[in-house]
Amino acid sequence: MKRAAYILVRNPLSLTGVILITLVVFGALFADFIAPFPEHRGAVVDFANFNKPPEWPYLFGTDLVGRDLFSRILYAYRISLLLGVVVLAIAVPVGVTIGLVAGYIGGWTEYVLMRITDVFLSIPPLVLAMSMMGLLEPTLTNGMLAVTAMWWPWYTRLVYNLTRSEKEEGYVLAAEVIGASKPHIIFREILPNCVPSIVTKMTLDLGFVILIASSLSFLGLGVQPPTPDLGSMVADGAKYLPDSWWLTVFPGLAILVAVFGFNLLGDALRDILGVDQ
Amino acid sequence: MSAPTLRIADLGLGFRTWAGPVEVLHGISLHINKGERVALVGESGSGKSVTARIVLGLLQELKNARISGTVEFEGRDLDRLSARERHALRGTRMSMIFQDPTSSLNPVYRIAPQFHEVLKRADPAISEAAARDRAAALLSAVAIPEPERALDSYSFQLSGGMNQRVMIAMALANEPSLLIADEPGTALDVTVQAQTLALMRDMVEEHHTSVLFISHNLGVVREFADRVYVIYKGRIVEHATAEGLFADPRHPYTRALLAAVPRITGGGIPEIEDVSEDYYQPLVVHEGCGEPEGAA
Amino acid sequence: MPPVVRLLAKRLGTSLIVLVGVSMLIFTIARVIPGDPARIALGPNATAEQVEALRERLHLDEALPIQYGYFLRDLSRGDLGISLYTNRPVTADIAQFLPATLELIVVAGLMMILIGLPLGVIAARYRGSWADHAVRIFTLLGVSAPSFVWAVILMLIFAFYLPLFPIAGRIADSYAIASVTGFLTIDTLIAGNLAAFGNAAWHIVLPAFALSLSGIGQAARLTRSNMVETYDKPFIEMARSYGFPERRIARRFAFRPSLIPSLTIIGLDFAAMLGNAFLVEAVFAWPGLSRYGVAVILRKDLNAIVGTVLIISAMFLLVNIIVDLLIAFINPRIRYSQRAS
Repeated sequence: MKRAAYILVRNPLSLTGVILITLVVFGALFADFIAPFPEHRGAVVDFANFNKPPEWPYLFGTDLVGRDLFSRILYAYRISLLLGVVVLAIAVPVGVTIGLVAGYIGGWTEYVLMRITDVFLSIPPLVLAMSMMGLLEPTLTNGMLAVTAMWWPWYTRLVYNLTRSEKEEGYVLAAEVIGASKPHIIFREILPNCVPSIVTKMTLDLGFVILIASSLSFLGLGVQPPTPDLGSMVADGAKYLPDSWWLTVFPGLAILVAVFGFNLLGDALRDILGVDQ
Repeated sequence: MSAPTLRIADLGLGFRTWAGPVEVLHGISLHINKGERVALVGESGSGKSVTARIVLGLLQELKNARISGTVEFEGRDLDRLSARERHALRGTRMSMIFQDPTSSLNPVYRIAPQFHEVLKRADPAISEAAARDRAAALLSAVAIPEPERALDSYSFQLSGGMNQRVMIAMALANEPSLLIADEPGTALDVTVQAQTLALMRDMVEEHHTSVLFISHNLGVVREFADRVYVIYKGRIVEHATAEGLFADPRHPYTRALLAAVPRITGGGIPEIEDVSEDYYQPLVVHEGCGEPEGAA
Repeated sequence: MPPVVRLLAKRLGTSLIVLVGVSMLIFTIARVIPGDPARIALGPNATAEQVEALRERLHLDEALPIQYGYFLRDLSRGDLGISLYTNRPVTADIAQFLPATLELIVVAGLMMILIGLPLGVIAARYRGSWADHAVRIFTLLGVSAPSFVWAVILMLIFAFYLPLFPIAGRIADSYAIASVTGFLTIDTLIAGNLAAFGNAAWHIVLPAFALSLSGIGQAARLTRSNMVETYDKPFIEMARSYGFPERRIARRFAFRPSLIPSLTIIGLDFAAMLGNAFLVEAVFAWPGLSRYGVAVILRKDLNAIVGTVLIISAMFLLVNIIVDLLIAFINPRIRYSQRAS
């Protein structure tokens, strides 16, 4: 732990990452208290104050129906983080288990599982999610479903490669000789050795899920209004460039800040846990 | 009597680390005359490898290295030379061979272009064809069968022994005055190691090349070297002819080294478990050995 | 059979199987969605008979495997069905829009390699210096925002505030160029119209750059870390001991061995651009396949969706195969080890 603190302090970029993410998470969790206009996350109109550039008390300006952008961004962060956590909570266990089984059991199981994984991997990431979202109703739940469906194969591939090389290591052979059961070997021997890579990837992925989700909603395939969402805010605002620039720039920057922070954090974790690229 | 090929006087080396300054060498002195084969013997961590690298000028580039003392090559003080002149010596007048021959050769280029680069150091205008001919001749001289085939191969396609010969051929290609051998053959198996050493001895005798031989393997040193310096924790503790050292080891550390059992793994480095106060005794120099005075 | 050809054959075979899997997947998703595709396509004003007729035509009432069978049969004839959006064969739509997307991706890919790799080399060579930190921040930023954010920012700065680049489209309307390859940059050259070529190139710069930013970032970061690792290898020390100039070491000796581990990921990034093209095309109103794709997805145009996804996946697999071949070509270990295996 001390080593972790040492690495973080030595490297200003890693520290920046920690600070950024703390701010984002804090903002999302306590949006109700921090947001100057918490009711603006809903379907509120205030035409007296619509389309205002950033000025007090509207820190980031207002949108075309008069809602405070800053407040909406905070609530949008909440949704994004929730999406990220749920997606990973499902995709990671599924992907990791498939990867472990395919890597260790081998044979036909391996072939079939990996070919299925390949099918999902050979559709460019966004395309699969887009198609699914397009064909289903655009709700938050369906969004989670679509993103999860495209996410698990990455963990499968990561863990599969790790398992294949770990399979030949001494500790696995020793366990086999003792007669340990296959599930035991997979989950109690090999899995712990994969944890650093998995955890690093999960941290980076929190950022990427936000990226993908915002891309989906940018195209109109995400959550629907009036729920605040970073991607759709950018899309809506893009029509009014360059005059009402704040409508696109601030949500865009919000995405950038969150993902950037997770990337820095992931890099720092990689250094601390000593993971290879 | 001409100036010694290499003369090191009172060489010190320290590193500035986050834990404070660390001294690695505490005033090393040694010399090599023309055509002599001198061994620098010690455990790992004794400072023998860094000494070699300082001679070549490889360590000076590190920002946190502090070097003191004199290094003279063929009578010229290396400190007084410009960076460019120093640089020009590498690969031409002095060269080095390394511990693991296969990983010392670039894995993504064939042997021929690598040889070409080496030969270009001495003759920048040499053509590919001429370089290839010369390389083939050099490879034959180191007893590589089918040199043409070797030239077209990648290092991972050749055996460790063959790669070692390739390295020797490359190192001697430009007829250097000084060859530094850093634990050569440690990565090879024993019989191959013996063969390569015999080969090296023949070649340096033929070209009158001076050799600085760095090793922890006393048996090899005995076979190969004329004179021996024993180094312990950055200090020279004994200096004698090879015969003299093995017949009559005088310093307590040398005696411990000769009596120690080599480790099974780790390339046969002897294990000296206890650190005795005696090991810090001052330098013992045998008769007939001694450092010459400097050039200027 | 030479090892490289054997590798190629194996990869093509696997890819074909995977493509079949993809077609099954997307077909199933398309058919299993809630709602009646025929009704959706015809709109709320259609009569029950019209809907029934369309369902008949599209075989929508039959069992799923049978529907898939029809699909495969049509596919083998090169028929991907009619798009309900454009009322044209899907294949015609794809033929019209695909080249624009490909052109964008190729230019972006070139930028990724020509900008990303040198940046990585510089960062590795001057490790720890301000140049290294600057590159690191730039590349991290590039990777941290979705392409559309960069597209919007770039458009704002370079098209609006500093009117250096055009805002949208592929080429000014005043130019009418015969479509030979569909690649405007090439077609204008074929037509000998240099002014048009310049205009087309000018139009493609901003969108391609926006698309490539994340790829540039990845390529630079990877190259840097691989080169840093390579610099620690024994053969670099040996090169130094021979006095080879530092510049030559960076360019020749350290670069190629570092390239090999990066290639797989660079290939993946290049292929991933196929997915990101959607976002950039939307912002810059680029008439490519991705824009078509979004439109048909929003309209639940089944045939077009399946066709588009299939083509895009096929491209993706193709790019991966090309990258693998390139890797085998550059990495002598793979080329020669096939002999042993």
